[in-house]
Amino acid sequence: MAESLLSFTDRGIYCAAGDFFIDPWRPVDRALITHGHADHSRPGMGRYLATGAAAPVMRHRLGDIAIDTIAFGERRQINDVIVSFHPAGHVPGSAQIRVEHRGEVWVVSGDYKTTPDGLSEPFEPVRCHAFISECTFGLPVFKWAPEDDVRAELNDWWRRNAADGKTSIIGAYALGKAQRLLTSVDPGIGPILTHGAVENTNTVMRHQGIALPDTLRVTPDMDPKAQKGALVVAPPSALGTPWARRFGPSSTAFASGWMAMRGVRRRRAADRGFVISDHADWPGLNAAIAETGAERIFVTHGYTSIFRRWLESQGYDAAIVETEYEGESLDAAEPEDAA
Amino acid sequence: MKRFAALFTALDQTTKTNAKVDALAAYFTAAPEDDKLWTIALLSGRRPKRTVVATRLREWAADRAGLPLWLFEECYPIVGDLAETMALILPDATRDSDRSLTHWIGEIRALAKLDDPEKRARILDAWDQLPKIERFVFNKLITGGFRMGVSQKLMTRALSRATGIDEPDLAHRLMGDWQPDSTSFESLILTHDPEADLSKPYPFYLAYQLDGGPATLDAPPGDWAAERKWDGIRGQLILRGGNHYLWSRGEELMTDRFPELARLIDHVPPGTVLDGEVLAWKDGAPLPFNALQKRIGRKTVPKALLRDAPVILYAYDLLEWDGQDIRARPFDDRRGLLEDVASGVPEDMPLRLSPLVSFDDWDRLAKIRDGSREHMSEGIMLKRRDSPYRDGRKRGDWWKWKVDPLTIDAVMIYAQQGHGRRANLFTDFTFAVWDGDQLVPFTKAYSGLTDAEFRKITAWVRKNTLERYGPVRQVTPQHVFEIAFEGIQESPRHKSGVALRFPRMSRWRHDKPLSEANTLADLKDMLAAYG
Repeated sequence: MAESLLSFTDRGIYCAAGDFFIDPWRPVDRALITHGHADHSRPGMGRYLATGAAAPVMRHRLGDIAIDTIAFGERRQINDVIVSFHPAGHVPGSAQIRVEHRGEVWVVSGDYKTTPDGLSEPFEPVRCHAFISECTFGLPVFKWAPEDDVRAELNDWWRRNAADGKTSIIGAYALGKAQRLLTSVDPGIGPILTHGAVENTNTVMRHQGIALPDTLRVTPDMDPKAQKGALVVAPPSALGTPWARRFGPSSTAFASGWMAMRGVRRRRAADRGFVISDHADWPGLNAAIAETGAERIFVTHGYTSIFRRWLESQGYDAAIVETEYEGESLDAAEPEDAA
Repeated sequence: MKRFAALFTALDQTTKTNAKVDALAAYFTAAPEDDKLWTIALLSGRRPKRTVVATRLREWAADRAGLPLWLFEECYPIVGDLAETMALILPDATRDSDRSLTHWIGEIRALAKLDDPEKRARILDAWDQLPKIERFVFNKLITGGFRMGVSQKLMTRALSRATGIDEPDLAHRLMGDWQPDSTSFESLILTHDPEADLSKPYPFYLAYQLDGGPATLDAPPGDWAAERKWDGIRGQLILRGGNHYLWSRGEELMTDRFPELARLIDHVPPGTVLDGEVLAWKDGAPLPFNALQKRIGRKTVPKALLRDAPVILYAYDLLEWDGQDIRARPFDDRRGLLEDVASGVPEDMPLRLSPLVSFDDWDRLAKIRDGSREHMSEGIMLKRRDSPYRDGRKRGDWWKWKVDPLTIDAVMIYAQQGHGRRANLFTDFTFAVWDGDQLVPFTKAYSGLTDAEFRKITAWVRKNTLERYGPVRQVTPQHVFEIAFEGIQESPRHKSGVALRFPRMSRWRHDKPLSEANTLADLKDMLAAYG
């Protein structure tokens, strides 16, 4: 049997015909990167290739790296294969990577979300023979509400807190989720304050032309109590720390797909849990997989064994691939971990 | 149901006690009377009887969602709540309705008389007209395990605010053998008539744990009365109108389980309410708890068991005397009256006085406490001599000073995911001790670790699973935990031959290698010493 177009090695997903890796987790010479999150975009690679929109954040996080950029949809030859990057809808600049060799097409999804969020380039299904898919939320209990409903809920929470003289503090990933929140809320309600980790990413994104509402970086010399009715966007790890207590009376919240489960929500010492994820829900995963037309599906991080069995029952040839990707970490939303 | 669902959401969306009380008080002010009564019933643990078995519900929900049953069964332990799992997988409702909480409870109870296809049709119809949270609430009502993160104490506080009635008075009104069918909001809460229900118990006063020892108390030894703490069932014995009623702390009427107490009707005057411990008792001393255990599960008691494990009430407080509520009087007064009552009861009757232990200083009391296990006792109770009999768990006047638990170091061998707020975490473990080179399971434990520790062990379990047996995972024997427990008994039902009382994880022994866990012989020694 001929060697398959992509293989799974202890360094990451490898393409022998093109001699490159996709989202490797150990140093390699040539790495194609789906997006800038730390579990997909790691330091130490000889050369990086990523979309133009993903590159600034990668530079910001990884420092002085040798990075080449590519536009969405642009076809580029690497050795014997043609590669192209297609929107994954996960965070700005995130891509699925399509690899073609002698008529055979494989797609690596990276992380993806099928519904538009108004910030990331909307997900585009890509036809292929084999699809390597994440399945962070690969259970039928995960079904995201329409974006408008979630926005209304979020604004309602902020508005009510502001009226009660409370600060609204929400925990969200500094890259992606935080900016999505910023573009979801109504800036008319009050000032928006940001934790340094979030504001640094904002700066990078604004610089590359992504429109974000005005925000105010929280600094040691700021009087937080002067910012009446503010919304504070911070990494989840900042909640419950002295940093968060400076704002006086407050209502706290997390934004994560895991908040769909009441048990997880109640474990958090936060008042609210908004079900907002940058990953595909159950209908999204199933629709995306169907639209690729692929017969072979490799499932990576998430509820892999359950999801694989489901795909098998739907007539796919499905297999589990062990990777070091983390998806949307359940633990990252728990404040004690990072304290 | 919308109003009740909104209340549920408000309670669920805050961790702050005041916000919960606000939401409840607003509900108790505005909701219709029958819904208020049902809400009080639900929050005090009175639920509608189950009318549909859970297996059918799971099948119908999976079927309605177009999912195979195995997939539903995979989701359930991850979500950790059956009602929620069903609510999450079902397709969105296509209709809207606004019927009351009482209406839906009526619907659920009406299912009892129907056959399965009819039940199925009614439930699918309900699911199709209830949006997400209402559907979850409906599922909670139908599966019978409703908790809303509100204690009875909080509910009473909210109800007090809504009605203007004092909390202790309300707590008393809410006690006893009422059901929403047998009363109304008006007669239960507003125009309460104590004569109307002769069986009505008083709220139990519950002691706090004395962690720092008696030297941390705010009063000298002379201000305190001490008794041994008994390991039985807390009970309130009511003698009124020629009848007797025995209530458990969980407000369960236990009269029929302990028929021997009926003999007291002839010796204790009506209008007397006693607080004490129901103990299995023979030859002037309590029997071990497992003798009592045999009595607990039985609604009717066979003669042989009555003979082998007879019970008494070991009385330690008097709440009502001569038909008068005397809870406001000081402990010393109540104790004096209690001694009078007890002195009129012949010695062969199932009523004894739990003796006070005398002590001059805390050192002396500590020595008495050290002998607790020999007296089949769990430690010392301290009661402030001038204190009233309060309701619920209130800090300050009653303290329990328990003996240190027994401990053993054991190896974790099986793990299972928890429920509710512990969903998606491995929290339920089976532990083993060494028997030669074999690990013999001897107990399960669920509590004692912090959330952070549970997360750590969960990540470890996921990576170190050897075998899966349904929801149970066999894990690599590697981690040693100190298991604390209150007692040990012989048990032929367990492979190890012992059963522990109140086992929990007291420490994660990172410092101990596997080989240094305790042995079955160590357990047997403890059984010989304390069993």
